[in-house]
Amino acid sequence: MPRTTAPAPTDLLRIDDELSDEERLVRDTVRTFAADRILPNVADWFEAGTLPRELFPEIGKLGLLGMHLKGYGCAGMGAIAYGVACRELEAADSGLRSLVSVQGSLAMFPIWKYGSDEQKEEWLPRMAAGEAAGCFGLTEPDHGSDPGSMKTHAIRNGADWVLTGTKMWITNGGIADIAVVWAATDSGIRGFLVPRGARGFTARNIHKKLSLRASITSELYFDDVRLPGSAVLPGVTGLKGPLSCLSEARYGILWGVTGAARACFEAAAEYARTREQFGQKIGGFQLTQRKLAWMLADLQRAQLLALHLGRLKEAGQITPEQVSLGKMSNVRTAIDIAREARTVLGANGVTLEYPVIRHANNLESVLTYEGTEEIHTLALGQAITGISAYR
Amino acid sequence: MNIVVLVKQVPDTWSERRLRADDSTLDRDAADAVINELDDYAIEEGLRLQEAHGGEVTIVSMGPQKAADAIRKALSMGADKAVHVTDEALRGSDGLVTSAVLASVLGRTGFDLVILGSESTDARMGTLAAMLAERLGVPQMSFASKVETDGSKITIHRQADYGYDTVEGALPAVVSVVEKINEPRYPSFKGIMAAKKKPVETLSLADLGMDASQAGLAASATQVVSFANRPPRAAGTIVTDEGDGGAKAAEFLASRKFI
Repeated sequence: MPRTTAPAPTDLLRIDDELSDEERLVRDTVRTFAADRILPNVADWFEAGTLPRELFPEIGKLGLLGMHLKGYGCAGMGAIAYGVACRELEAADSGLRSLVSVQGSLAMFPIWKYGSDEQKEEWLPRMAAGEAAGCFGLTEPDHGSDPGSMKTHAIRNGADWVLTGTKMWITNGGIADIAVVWAATDSGIRGFLVPRGARGFTARNIHKKLSLRASITSELYFDDVRLPGSAVLPGVTGLKGPLSCLSEARYGILWGVTGAARACFEAAAEYARTREQFGQKIGGFQLTQRKLAWMLADLQRAQLLALHLGRLKEAGQITPEQVSLGKMSNVRTAIDIAREARTVLGANGVTLEYPVIRHANNLESVLTYEGTEEIHTLALGQAITGISAYR
Repeated sequence: MNIVVLVKQVPDTWSERRLRADDSTLDRDAADAVINELDDYAIEEGLRLQEAHGGEVTIVSMGPQKAADAIRKALSMGADKAVHVTDEALRGSDGLVTSAVLASVLGRTGFDLVILGSESTDARMGTLAAMLAERLGVPQMSFASKVETDGSKITIHRQADYGYDTVEGALPAVVSVVEKINEPRYPSFKGIMAAKKKPVETLSLADLGMDASQAGLAASATQVVSFANRPPRAAGTIVTDEGDGGAKAAEFLASRKFI
C-alpha cells in the first residue's frame, strides 16, 4: 500500500459527500488496492486473456467477497458500501468487478440465503476469504434470456441426485471450487452445490472473446454427476431462486459501470487537456468540450441513480423493476460514455495504453449479461403497461 | 506491550498543496487529506509488534476535526483505540509545540514504545522523534528500517546512505520509521466495521492542562516568514552516447547518490 489515492475532481455535484465515513473508507481502500495491484497489470492481463488466481485471496483479505452478507466471515456492510466497492473495482476493470459480483452475489448469496447450516459453514468462510472460488450456473448454450426452458436437469436416485446438462458463459467456472448449478427437477428448478472434481463434472474455458478478457469465462459439463441429497439448496424451489441472485448482482453492476464510465471520462478529460492539434490543446475545441460536458452530465446522473437505488435497497424497499431500470440505464450510459471518450482519444483510444477501449469492450458483455438490455427494457415495458411482451 | 503510534493527517501529495496567503499556514481546504504516508508504515510496524508480543496499539493524532478520518483508517487497519487532540488554538503549531502537546498525551496514555513516521510529507521537518524523546527522557531510535524487541530491549537498523547502523536501546523508547521497514496492510472491511466500536478519546488543550497561549502559531518558535512557488523544472541534461554512455549514466546516478 505505497500510496493513498484521493478522489478525483470529477464529482462536480459532490455526490460522494453523501457517503458515510465508512463508505468513504471503503472507497479509498478499494481505490488504493486497484491503483496498487490492478491498474499496473490489467492491460497485460486483458491482452493475455488471463486473471491471476492469487488475486482471489488478496481480494478476500480486503473483505470484498460477500461483503454485504452477515456472518460466516463476511463484513456485513450496507448496500451502498457494496455499490461503492463495485464502482471502484470496475473503474479498474469490469472483469475484476465481475469476479466479485459472481463470488459474492451469485455464488455466496444463494448459499447464504437458501443453504443449509452445513452448506453455509462448509463454504461461506472459505469463499469470503478467497480460499474457495465459486461460480453460478444458470445460462445454457441454447437458453440465455429464457432460463425457465433450461435443459439441465437433476433426477432422484435413491437418496442421491443425478445431474445432467451444460451451462455456458459461466464467469469463474474454470477456477471454481464450488459451482452453484440450477437444474430442472420434478418439483421445479432447484439449486445444487457441485464441488470441483465431482465425477462427471468438467469445465472448459472459453477463449477468443474480445470482451472481459481479464476474466475467466467457461462452459460447464455435467455428465450424470451423482450428488448426495445434501447437495441441494433446501431453501428455494423455482426460478425465483436464481432470479433473486441476479437481482443482487445487477444491483452491483448498476454501481460498477459508473466506475468504468468515470475512468473513461477521466482518460478523455486528461487527454483533452494535453493533446495538441492545430497548435492548441484539443480541450480548447468546442466539439471536445461539448463531448466532455455531456459525458460528465450523463456520468453524474448515473451516479445519482445508483445512490438512490442504494438507499432504497438499504431501506429494504428496492424492487426488481427498479433494479432493471438501473441496470438498463446505467450500462447504456456507461457504454455511450466509453465510446464518446474513445473518439476524444482518437487513434490512441483503440490501444491498451489507455483504459478506454478495454472498458468499452468490457461493457459490451456487461450490456448483455445479468439480463440483456432488451429483457430489462421489456420488464419495464411490462411494469408500465401491464402487458408482457416476451412471456 | 503498550504501543503508541503517532499519526498525522496531511494534504494528499497527489493533489496541489498550498499555503494560506494570510498567515502562511497550510491551506487544509485546498487539498484532500490523507494519513501521512510514513505513518502508514508506523501503524503497520505497531500492529506487527503487537501481533508478536501482545498488548495494545493506541493511535494518537493531533489535528483538526477532519483528522478523525485518519484515526478511523488506523483503527480499521487494526489498532485498538485512539486519542484525538483537537483544539482551534492548535492551528499553526510548529514542531516544538506539537512535541509538547504529544508528550503531554503520552504522559496520560503511558507507553513502552512510541512509533512514528520519520517525517511528514507536508512540513518535512523530521524532528518530532528527537523532540519527543528529549521531552520524555527516553532513547531516540530514528530512521528504523527494522525493529526487534524482546520487551525490555530494542534493536533497530538505522537507515543511512551507506547502509544501516545497528542501534540498541532500552524500552521505553521513541522509534521513527522509514518506508523500507514493511509493507502496510490495507484496512479490511471487517476492520472498518469493527473500528466503529473502538474507543476514541477526544481531548482539548484544557483537558491536557495546557493553556491556549502555549499553542498555535503565536507560541511557536518557528514561523514561515515568506514563501514562493517552486520555479518551473529546469531543462534536463542530455548526454550523447559516444561509447561512454553507460559510464556517464553511472556518474550521474552516483552524483545524486542513487548508486
